[in-house]
Amino acid sequence: MTTTLPTALSVTGATKRYDSGFTLEDVTFDLPAGYIMGLIGPNGAGKSTLIKLILNMIRRDAGRISVLGMDAVADEETVKERIGVVFDTSCFVETWTVGKVERVMRPMYRAWDGRAFDGYLARFGLERGRKVKELSRGMQMKLMLAVALSHDARLLILDEPTSGLDVLARDELMDILAAYIEDGEHSVIFSTHITADLERAADFITYITHGTLYFTGPKDEFEESFRVVKGGPDLPDRLPDGAVVGVHRYATGFDALVRTENLPHLPADEVVVEPASIDDIIRLTNTGRTAAGEV
Amino acid sequence: MKLIISSVSGKPIYEQIKDQIRAAVLSGELAAGEALPSLRKLAKELRVSVLTVTRAYNELADEGIVENIQGKGTFVMSRGNELMRRRARQRIRRIFDETCTAAKAADIPLLDLMTMLEESYKDRP
Repeated sequence: MTTTLPTALSVTGATKRYDSGFTLEDVTFDLPAGYIMGLIGPNGAGKSTLIKLILNMIRRDAGRISVLGMDAVADEETVKERIGVVFDTSCFVETWTVGKVERVMRPMYRAWDGRAFDGYLARFGLERGRKVKELSRGMQMKLMLAVALSHDARLLILDEPTSGLDVLARDELMDILAAYIEDGEHSVIFSTHITADLERAADFITYITHGTLYFTGPKDEFEESFRVVKGGPDLPDRLPDGAVVGVHRYATGFDALVRTENLPHLPADEVVVEPASIDDIIRLTNTGRTAAGEV
Repeated sequence: MKLIISSVSGKPIYEQIKDQIRAAVLSGELAAGEALPSLRKLAKELRVSVLTVTRAYNELADEGIVENIQGKGTFVMSRGNELMRRRARQRIRRIFDETCTAAKAADIPLLDLMTMLEESYKDRP
Protein backbone atom coordinates (compact mmCIF):
# COMPACT_ATOMS: atom_id res chain seq x y z
CA MET A 1 0.00 0.00 0.00
CA THR A 2 3.00 2.25 0.55
CA THR A 3 4.27 2.66 -2.95
CA THR A 4 6.72 5.54 -3.10
CA LEU A 5 8.98 4.87 -0.13
CA PRO A 6 12.61 4.20 -0.99
CA THR A 7 13.99 0.73 -0.52
CA ALA A 8 15.19 0.47 3.06
CA LEU A 9 18.29 -1.46 2.11
CA SER A 10 19.70 -2.37 -1.26
CA VAL A 11 22.79 -4.55 -1.54
CA THR A 12 24.22 -5.14 -5.01
CA GLY A 13 27.14 -7.45 -5.72
CA ALA A 14 28.65 -6.94 -2.27
CA THR A 15 31.99 -8.72 -2.07
CA LYS A 16 34.62 -8.94 0.65
CA ARG A 17 37.80 -11.00 0.41
CA TYR A 18 39.78 -11.66 3.57
CA ASP A 19 43.46 -12.61 3.58
CA SER A 20 42.47 -15.69 5.57
CA GLY A 21 40.80 -16.99 2.41
CA PHE A 22 37.20 -16.38 3.43
CA THR A 23 35.22 -14.54 0.78
CA LEU A 24 31.75 -13.09 0.80
CA GLU A 25 30.98 -13.21 -2.88
CA ASP A 26 28.59 -11.13 -4.93
CA VAL A 27 25.65 -10.81 -2.53
CA THR A 28 22.59 -9.00 -3.90
CA PHE A 29 19.22 -8.37 -2.23
CA ASP A 30 16.69 -5.63 -1.43
CA LEU A 31 14.64 -4.95 1.68
CA PRO A 32 11.53 -2.87 0.92
CA ALA A 33 10.58 -0.22 3.49
CA GLY A 34 8.09 -1.38 6.11
CA TYR A 35 9.19 -4.99 6.47
CA ILE A 36 11.34 -7.29 8.59
CA MET A 37 14.07 -9.41 7.01
CA GLY A 38 15.81 -12.30 8.72
CA LEU A 39 19.43 -12.94 7.77
CA ILE A 40 20.25 -16.59 8.28
CA GLY A 41 23.03 -19.09 7.67
CA PRO A 42 25.37 -21.33 9.63
CA ASN A 43 28.28 -19.96 11.68
CA GLY A 44 30.98 -18.61 9.42
CA ALA A 45 28.62 -18.21 6.47
CA GLY A 46 29.31 -14.48 6.21
CA LYS A 47 26.33 -12.89 8.03
CA SER A 48 28.44 -10.68 10.27
CA THR A 49 30.72 -9.76 7.36
CA LEU A 50 27.66 -8.63 5.45
CA ILE A 51 26.39 -6.56 8.39
CA LYS A 52 29.83 -4.95 8.77
CA LEU A 53 29.78 -4.08 5.08
CA ILE A 54 26.35 -2.48 5.42
CA LEU A 55 27.61 -0.45 8.38
CA ASN A 56 30.82 0.42 6.49
CA MET A 57 32.89 -1.03 9.34
CA ILE A 58 35.06 -2.89 6.82
CA ARG A 59 36.11 -1.97 3.29
CA ARG A 60 34.28 -3.74 0.55
CA ASP A 61 36.14 -5.15 -2.44
CA ALA A 62 33.25 -4.78 -4.85
CA GLY A 63 29.57 -3.93 -5.01
CA ARG A 64 27.28 -1.15 -3.90
CA ILE A 65 25.17 -0.78 -0.77
CA SER A 66 22.48 1.79 -0.37
CA VAL A 67 20.73 2.43 2.95
CA LEU A 68 17.44 4.37 2.91
CA GLY A 69 18.31 5.60 -0.56
CA MET A 70 21.78 6.84 0.47
CA ASP A 71 25.17 5.38 -0.33
CA ALA A 72 26.56 3.45 2.64
CA VAL A 73 30.08 4.78 2.04
CA ALA A 74 29.68 8.25 0.52
CA ASP A 75 26.83 9.25 2.84
CA GLU A 76 28.07 7.34 5.86
CA GLU A 77 27.53 10.20 8.34
CA THR A 78 23.88 10.75 7.36
CA VAL A 79 23.22 7.03 7.13
CA LYS A 80 24.48 6.46 10.68
CA GLU A 81 22.01 9.02 12.04
CA ARG A 82 19.10 7.26 10.41
CA ILE A 83 19.87 3.69 11.47
CA GLY A 84 19.82 1.93 14.82
CA VAL A 85 22.26 -0.89 15.51
CA VAL A 86 22.24 -3.71 18.04
CA PHE A 87 25.14 -6.15 18.26
CA ASP A 88 25.22 -9.53 19.94
CA THR A 89 27.50 -8.17 22.67
CA SER A 90 27.36 -4.79 24.35
CA CYS A 91 29.26 -2.07 22.54
CA PHE A 92 29.37 0.24 25.58
CA VAL A 93 32.27 0.61 28.02
CA GLU A 94 31.59 -1.77 30.90
CA THR A 95 32.18 0.75 33.67
CA TRP A 96 29.72 3.28 32.21
CA THR A 97 26.40 3.67 33.91
CA VAL A 98 23.17 3.67 31.92
CA GLY A 99 23.01 7.44 32.44
CA LYS A 100 26.54 7.85 31.07
CA VAL A 101 25.59 5.82 28.01
CA GLU A 102 22.95 8.43 27.23
CA ARG A 103 25.35 11.34 27.83
CA VAL A 104 27.83 9.77 25.39
CA MET A 105 25.27 8.80 22.75
CA ARG A 106 23.08 11.91 22.81
CA PRO A 107 25.53 14.24 20.98
CA MET A 108 26.02 11.70 18.22
CA TYR A 109 22.47 12.11 16.97
CA ARG A 110 20.77 15.34 15.95
CA ALA A 111 17.38 13.68 16.41
CA TRP A 112 18.09 12.31 19.90
CA ASP A 113 14.83 12.01 21.83
CA GLY A 114 15.50 11.99 25.57
CA ARG A 115 11.86 11.35 26.43
CA ALA A 116 11.71 8.32 24.18
CA PHE A 117 14.91 7.02 25.81
CA ASP A 118 13.43 7.56 29.29
CA GLY A 119 10.33 5.72 28.16
CA TYR A 120 12.34 2.72 27.04
CA LEU A 121 14.41 2.70 30.25
CA ALA A 122 11.19 2.59 32.25
CA ARG A 123 9.65 -0.05 30.01
CA PHE A 124 12.76 -2.26 30.15
CA GLY A 125 13.36 -1.68 33.88
CA LEU A 126 16.81 -0.16 33.26
CA GLU A 127 18.05 2.10 36.07
CA ARG A 128 20.26 5.07 35.21
CA GLY A 129 22.68 4.35 38.06
CA ARG A 130 23.41 0.78 36.98
CA LYS A 131 26.75 0.00 35.37
CA VAL A 132 26.81 -1.78 32.03
CA LYS A 133 28.82 -4.68 33.48
CA GLU A 134 26.15 -5.25 36.16
CA LEU A 135 23.47 -5.82 33.53
CA SER A 136 22.46 -9.26 32.34
CA ARG A 137 22.92 -10.19 28.68
CA GLY A 138 19.26 -9.46 28.04
CA MET A 139 19.39 -6.08 29.77
CA GLN A 140 22.51 -5.09 27.79
CA MET A 141 20.65 -5.90 24.59
CA LYS A 142 17.71 -3.80 25.76
CA LEU A 143 20.04 -0.90 26.53
CA MET A 144 21.43 -1.03 22.97
CA LEU A 145 17.88 -1.30 21.68
CA ALA A 146 16.79 1.74 23.74
CA VAL A 147 19.59 3.76 22.11
CA ALA A 148 18.74 2.36 18.67
CA LEU A 149 15.08 3.38 19.08
CA SER A 150 15.65 6.85 20.54
CA HIS A 151 16.98 8.81 17.57
CA ASP A 152 14.28 8.41 14.94
CA ALA A 153 16.07 5.59 13.11
CA ARG A 154 14.29 4.34 10.00
CA LEU A 155 16.18 1.07 9.74
CA LEU A 156 17.25 -1.23 12.56
CA ILE A 157 20.20 -3.53 11.93
CA LEU A 158 20.45 -6.24 14.57
CA ASP A 159 23.26 -8.79 14.69
CA GLU A 160 22.01 -11.85 16.58
CA PRO A 161 19.99 -9.79 19.05
CA THR A 162 18.24 -12.82 20.54
CA SER A 163 21.23 -15.09 21.14
CA GLY A 164 21.47 -15.96 24.81
CA LEU A 165 18.10 -14.45 25.64
CA ASP A 166 15.32 -16.31 27.38
CA VAL A 167 11.94 -16.80 25.75
CA LEU A 168 10.37 -13.78 27.49
CA ALA A 169 13.07 -11.36 26.37
CA ARG A 170 12.95 -12.72 22.82
CA ASP A 171 9.20 -12.42 22.73
CA GLU A 172 9.37 -8.85 23.99
CA LEU A 173 11.94 -7.96 21.33
CA MET A 174 9.73 -9.41 18.58
CA ASP A 175 6.78 -7.38 19.93
CA ILE A 176 8.90 -4.23 19.78
CA LEU A 177 10.01 -4.96 16.22
CA ALA A 178 6.44 -5.64 15.07
CA ALA A 179 5.29 -2.33 16.59
CA TYR A 180 8.31 -0.54 15.07
CA ILE A 181 7.40 -1.48 11.49
CA GLU A 182 3.64 -1.07 11.94
CA ASP A 183 3.50 2.36 10.25
CA GLY A 184 5.06 0.94 7.10
CA GLU A 185 7.96 3.39 7.13
CA HIS A 186 10.37 1.59 9.42
CA SER A 187 12.29 -1.55 8.53
CA VAL A 188 14.39 -4.18 10.27
CA ILE A 189 17.11 -6.59 9.22
CA PHE A 190 18.31 -9.03 11.85
CA SER A 191 20.60 -12.02 11.79
CA THR A 192 19.68 -14.98 13.95
CA HIS A 193 20.15 -18.65 14.67
CA ILE A 194 16.82 -18.90 16.43
CA THR A 195 14.44 -19.71 13.65
CA ALA A 196 11.38 -19.49 15.92
CA ASP A 197 11.92 -15.72 15.85
CA LEU A 198 11.78 -15.79 12.06
CA GLU A 199 8.68 -17.95 11.91
CA ARG A 200 6.91 -15.29 13.86
CA ALA A 201 8.25 -11.98 12.68
CA ALA A 202 10.15 -12.13 9.42
CA ASP A 203 8.54 -11.12 6.12
CA PHE A 204 11.64 -11.83 4.08
CA ILE A 205 14.51 -14.26 4.41
CA THR A 206 18.04 -13.84 3.12
CA TYR A 207 19.99 -17.05 3.44
CA ILE A 208 23.77 -17.05 3.10
CA THR A 209 25.94 -20.11 3.18
CA HIS A 210 29.65 -20.56 2.40
CA GLY A 211 29.97 -16.86 1.65
CA THR A 212 27.37 -16.85 -1.12
CA LEU A 213 23.71 -15.96 -1.34
CA TYR A 214 21.51 -19.05 -1.44
CA PHE A 215 18.07 -17.43 -1.30
CA THR A 216 16.46 -14.04 -0.81
CA GLY A 217 12.72 -13.40 -0.93
CA PRO A 218 9.47 -13.79 1.01
CA LYS A 219 9.65 -16.28 3.87
CA ASP A 220 6.62 -18.26 2.63
CA GLU A 221 8.25 -18.70 -0.75
CA PHE A 222 11.45 -19.91 0.93
CA GLU A 223 9.64 -22.61 2.91
CA GLU A 224 7.37 -23.61 0.04
CA SER A 225 10.33 -24.01 -2.33
CA PHE A 226 11.42 -27.14 -0.51
CA ARG A 227 10.05 -30.44 0.78
CA VAL A 228 11.64 -33.00 3.02
CA VAL A 229 11.46 -36.56 1.68
CA LYS A 230 12.05 -39.38 4.16
CA GLY A 231 12.41 -43.05 3.39
CA GLY A 232 14.41 -46.27 3.64
CA PRO A 233 18.19 -46.47 3.21
CA ASP A 234 18.22 -47.51 -0.47
CA LEU A 235 15.89 -44.78 -1.70
CA PRO A 236 18.12 -41.73 -2.17
CA ASP A 237 19.82 -43.40 -5.12
CA ARG A 238 16.44 -43.76 -6.84
CA LEU A 239 15.64 -40.05 -6.57
CA PRO A 240 16.25 -38.35 -9.94
CA ASP A 241 19.62 -36.65 -10.52
CA GLY A 242 19.59 -33.02 -9.51
CA ALA A 243 16.33 -33.30 -7.55
CA VAL A 244 18.08 -33.66 -4.21
CA VAL A 245 19.55 -30.50 -2.75
CA GLY A 246 20.90 -32.17 0.37
CA VAL A 247 20.60 -35.47 2.14
CA HIS A 248 21.22 -36.84 5.60
CA ARG A 249 21.68 -40.62 5.68
CA TYR A 250 21.45 -42.78 8.75
CA ALA A 251 21.44 -46.55 9.34
CA THR A 252 17.73 -47.09 8.80
CA GLY A 253 16.82 -44.35 6.37
CA PHE A 254 17.40 -40.84 5.05
CA ASP A 255 16.05 -37.28 5.01
CA ALA A 256 16.45 -35.50 1.70
CA LEU A 257 15.75 -31.88 0.86
CA VAL A 258 14.11 -31.63 -2.54
CA ARG A 259 13.05 -28.56 -4.50
CA THR A 260 9.25 -28.62 -4.66
CA GLU A 261 9.25 -28.17 -8.44
CA ASN A 262 11.47 -31.27 -8.82
CA LEU A 263 9.52 -33.42 -6.40
CA PRO A 264 9.42 -36.85 -8.03
CA HIS A 265 6.36 -39.09 -7.88
CA LEU A 266 7.20 -41.71 -5.34
CA PRO A 267 5.03 -44.46 -3.91
CA ALA A 268 3.35 -43.14 -0.76
CA ASP A 269 3.97 -46.37 1.13
CA GLU A 270 7.73 -46.01 0.66
CA VAL A 271 8.32 -42.37 1.47
CA VAL A 272 7.01 -39.56 3.64
CA VAL A 273 6.93 -36.08 2.13
CA GLU A 274 6.78 -33.23 4.62
CA PRO A 275 6.89 -29.43 4.49
CA ALA A 276 10.41 -28.11 5.12
CA SER A 277 11.05 -25.85 8.10
CA ILE A 278 13.72 -23.15 7.98
CA ASP A 279 15.87 -25.37 10.21
CA ASP A 280 15.47 -28.32 7.83
CA ILE A 281 16.57 -26.16 4.91
CA ILE A 282 19.67 -24.84 6.68
CA ARG A 283 20.58 -28.27 8.04
CA LEU A 284 20.16 -30.17 4.78
CA THR A 285 21.66 -27.60 2.44
CA ASN A 286 24.79 -27.79 4.54
CA THR A 287 25.13 -31.57 4.79
CA GLY A 288 24.28 -32.10 1.13
CA ARG A 289 27.52 -30.78 -0.23
CA THR A 290 29.61 -33.52 1.27
CA ALA A 291 27.08 -36.32 1.51
CA ALA A 292 25.83 -36.01 -2.04
CA GLY A 293 29.36 -35.54 -3.31
CA GLU A 294 28.72 -32.14 -4.87
CA VAL A 295 31.25 -29.29 -4.96
CA MET B 1 -14.39 -10.91 14.90
CA LYS B 2 -12.54 -13.81 16.45
CA LEU B 3 -9.31 -15.05 14.85
CA ILE B 4 -7.36 -17.96 16.23
CA ILE B 5 -4.04 -19.12 14.84
CA SER B 6 -2.84 -22.66 15.44
CA SER B 7 0.85 -23.35 15.05
CA VAL B 8 0.45 -27.14 14.98
CA SER B 9 -2.45 -27.58 12.58
CA GLY B 10 -0.08 -27.91 9.63
CA LYS B 11 -2.24 -25.46 7.71
CA PRO B 12 -0.32 -22.37 6.60
CA ILE B 13 -1.08 -19.31 8.73
CA TYR B 14 -2.29 -17.19 5.81
CA GLU B 15 -4.86 -19.89 5.02
CA GLN B 16 -6.05 -20.00 8.61
CA ILE B 17 -6.60 -16.23 8.55
CA LYS B 18 -8.29 -16.45 5.16
CA ASP B 19 -10.63 -19.30 6.12
CA GLN B 20 -11.75 -17.61 9.33
CA ILE B 21 -12.42 -14.24 7.70
CA ARG B 22 -14.25 -15.91 4.81
CA ALA B 23 -16.40 -17.85 7.28
CA ALA B 24 -17.17 -14.65 9.22
CA VAL B 25 -18.24 -12.90 6.00
CA LEU B 26 -20.34 -15.79 4.72
CA SER B 27 -22.09 -16.22 8.07
CA GLY B 28 -22.93 -12.52 8.14
CA GLU B 29 -20.86 -11.88 11.26
CA LEU B 30 -18.95 -9.33 9.21
CA ALA B 31 -21.35 -7.08 7.33
CA ALA B 32 -20.88 -5.68 3.84
CA GLY B 33 -18.92 -2.44 3.91
CA GLU B 34 -17.33 -3.21 7.25
CA ALA B 35 -13.57 -2.55 7.43
CA LEU B 36 -11.14 -5.34 8.27
CA PRO B 37 -8.42 -4.42 10.77
CA SER B 38 -5.45 -2.74 9.07
CA LEU B 39 -3.15 -5.53 7.93
CA ARG B 40 -0.14 -4.16 9.78
CA LYS B 41 -2.14 -3.88 12.97
CA LEU B 42 -3.52 -7.38 12.59
CA ALA B 43 -0.03 -8.78 11.92
CA LYS B 44 1.19 -7.18 15.13
CA GLU B 45 -1.78 -8.45 17.15
CA LEU B 46 -1.63 -12.00 15.80
CA ARG B 47 2.19 -12.06 16.05
CA VAL B 48 2.65 -13.07 12.46
CA SER B 49 4.52 -11.36 9.65
CA VAL B 50 3.02 -8.51 7.64
CA LEU B 51 3.41 -10.45 4.40
CA THR B 52 1.41 -13.35 5.84
CA VAL B 53 -1.61 -11.11 6.48
CA THR B 54 -1.07 -9.33 3.15
CA ARG B 55 -1.31 -12.65 1.37
CA ALA B 56 -4.51 -13.61 3.21
CA TYR B 57 -6.13 -10.24 2.40
CA ASN B 58 -5.04 -10.35 -1.24
CA GLU B 59 -6.40 -13.85 -1.77
CA LEU B 60 -9.69 -12.88 -0.09
CA ALA B 61 -9.89 -9.92 -2.46
CA ASP B 62 -9.28 -12.31 -5.35
CA GLU B 63 -12.20 -14.44 -4.16
CA GLY B 64 -14.46 -11.39 -4.06
CA ILE B 65 -14.91 -11.62 -0.29
CA VAL B 66 -13.21 -8.31 0.45
CA GLU B 67 -12.01 -5.34 -1.52
CA ASN B 68 -8.72 -3.47 -1.11
CA ILE B 69 -9.18 0.26 -1.52
CA GLN B 70 -5.87 2.02 -2.04
CA GLY B 71 -5.00 4.21 0.91
CA LYS B 72 -8.22 3.40 2.77
CA GLY B 73 -8.04 -0.21 3.76
CA THR B 74 -9.80 -3.50 3.21
CA PHE B 75 -13.59 -3.77 3.24
CA VAL B 76 -16.10 -6.60 3.25
CA MET B 77 -17.96 -6.91 -0.05
CA SER B 78 -21.65 -7.60 -0.29
CA ARG B 79 -22.48 -11.27 -0.16
CA GLY B 80 -23.39 -12.93 -3.37
CA ASN B 81 -21.58 -10.50 -5.66
CA GLU B 82 -20.68 -11.82 -9.11
CA LEU B 83 -16.98 -12.45 -8.40
CA MET B 84 -17.72 -14.18 -5.11
CA ARG B 85 -20.26 -16.43 -6.81
CA ARG B 86 -17.88 -17.34 -9.62
CA ARG B 87 -15.06 -18.14 -7.19
CA ALA B 88 -17.41 -20.18 -5.01
CA ARG B 89 -18.37 -22.26 -8.06
CA GLN B 90 -14.72 -22.86 -8.86
CA ARG B 91 -14.03 -23.89 -5.29
CA ILE B 92 -17.01 -26.26 -5.24
CA ARG B 93 -15.91 -27.80 -8.54
CA ARG B 94 -12.52 -28.59 -7.05
CA ILE B 95 -14.18 -30.24 -4.06
CA PHE B 96 -16.44 -32.21 -6.47
CA ASP B 97 -13.39 -33.40 -8.39
CA GLU B 98 -11.94 -34.80 -5.21
CA THR B 99 -15.26 -36.28 -4.15
CA CYS B 100 -15.75 -38.01 -7.49
CA THR B 101 -12.23 -39.42 -7.48
CA ALA B 102 -12.88 -40.89 -4.03
CA ALA B 103 -16.31 -42.19 -5.09
CA LYS B 104 -14.91 -43.91 -8.19
CA ALA B 105 -12.09 -45.45 -6.17
CA ALA B 106 -14.70 -46.90 -3.82
CA ASP B 107 -17.02 -48.01 -6.66
CA ILE B 108 -19.86 -45.79 -5.53
CA PRO B 109 -22.24 -45.22 -8.45
CA LEU B 110 -23.27 -41.70 -9.48
CA LEU B 111 -26.85 -42.16 -8.32
CA ASP B 112 -25.74 -43.07 -4.78
CA LEU B 113 -23.35 -40.17 -4.78
CA MET B 114 -26.16 -37.81 -5.74
CA THR B 115 -28.33 -39.15 -2.94
CA MET B 116 -25.50 -38.57 -0.50
CA LEU B 117 -25.11 -35.04 -1.79
CA GLU B 118 -28.82 -34.38 -1.48
CA GLU B 119 -28.89 -35.62 2.12
CA SER B 120 -25.89 -33.54 3.04
CA TYR B 121 -27.41 -30.45 1.37
CA LYS B 122 -30.78 -30.86 3.10
CA ASP B 123 -29.16 -31.43 6.49
CA ARG B 124 -28.00 -27.82 6.48
CA PRO B 125 -30.17 -24.84 7.30
